[in-house]
Amino acid sequence: MSKLKVLAIASSGGHWTQLMRLIPAFKEHHIIYVTTNNGYRKQVNGSEFYPVSDATRWQKLKLIKMGFEVGKIVLNKKPDVVVSTGAAPGLMAIIWAWLMGKQSVWIDSIANVDRISMSGRIAKKFCTFHLTQWEHLADNKSTLFKGTVIK
Amino acid sequence: MIFLVVGTQEPFDRLVSAMDEWAATSGYTDIFGQIADSSYLPKNFSYARFMDPETFNEKFKTASLIVAHAGMGTILQALQLAKPIVVLPRLYKYHETRNDHQVSTAKSLEKLGFVHAVYSGEELIETLNKRDTLQTAPPIGPAASETLLMFIQDFLNSCKK
Repeated sequence: MSKLKVLAIASSGGHWTQLMRLIPAFKEHHIIYVTTNNGYRKQVNGSEFYPVSDATRWQKLKLIKMGFEVGKIVLNKKPDVVVSTGAAPGLMAIIWAWLMGKQSVWIDSIANVDRISMSGRIAKKFCTFHLTQWEHLADNKSTLFKGTVIK
Repeated sequence: MIFLVVGTQEPFDRLVSAMDEWAATSGYTDIFGQIADSSYLPKNFSYARFMDPETFNEKFKTASLIVAHAGMGTILQALQLAKPIVVLPRLYKYHETRNDHQVSTAKSLEKLGFVHAVYSGEELIETLNKRDTLQTAPPIGPAASETLLMFIQDFLNSCKK
C-alpha cells in the first residue's frame, strides 16, 4: 500500500485539539497540517504545516480570504484525502477536495451536542463520510457515530 | 494556582469579573488569568490577554484547578492532564458567543463526570468556596477512542492514490 497525502485541517482551539487526538490513525501516511494558529507548528514537529487566516462564518471577507488560502494549499499540494474536525477552514478544504474529486471525512466537534454545527451541515453535502461524536445525532445512514475523541 | 481560561475567540467579562470578585472576598489571589479581549481587567490577580502555546501549557500544568469557559480545547486539555475543571458556559443573550452550544456541552459533559458546570457568577463563587471538595475526573488517554481511530484508518486505507 502506498502512502497517501492526507490534508488534516482544523481551526485553532478545540477543533485543533480534537484533530491532534486522531494522530494515531494517520501514522502510515504523509500528513499536511493546516490550521489558523502558526503557534501550533511545534506540536506537529517535522510534519508539513501551513497556517491560514482565521475567520468565522460571520466574517464574510476574511472567510473568502481564508477560503482562497485553503484552496491554494489544496491545489498546490494535491492531497489524496481531507480529514477535518471543523470548523470553517475544514469546510473550505472539504469543498475544494470535492471540486477536485477527492474523498474526505468530517468529524463534527464533540461540543455540538444538540445539533450538527452549521459548517458540518454544509460539509455533509461534500464529504465522503460525515461523523458526529454524539450517538443521538447519528442517523446511521448519512451521519454516523463511530466513537469520540475522548477515550 | 488557579488558571482562568476564556479561550482566544471572544472576551468573557462575566467570568473574569466573577473570578476577580471571588479573589477579593476570599483573599485567594494565587490566580492567573488568560482573558483575551475582555474589557473587565482583574484587580486582584495577574493576567495575560493571549499566551503562546508553550507558556499556556506551562501554566496549565502547574495549575491545581482550571476555571474556564465551556470550550472543548480547554476541557480536553484539563481531562488529559487530570486537572479538575469548573466551566461557565458562554451565553448568547449576553453576546458572549453566537449561540448557546456551550450550555449543552457543559451539561452533557457534566453528566459524564468530566466537568463541574456553573451557570452564573454567583454559582461560580459558591463552587470556588468549596473548591477542595471538587472531584477530578479520571484522566483520559492521549488519543481518540479505538473505534474512531480504526474508522479513520480504514477510510484512509480505502482511498485510492
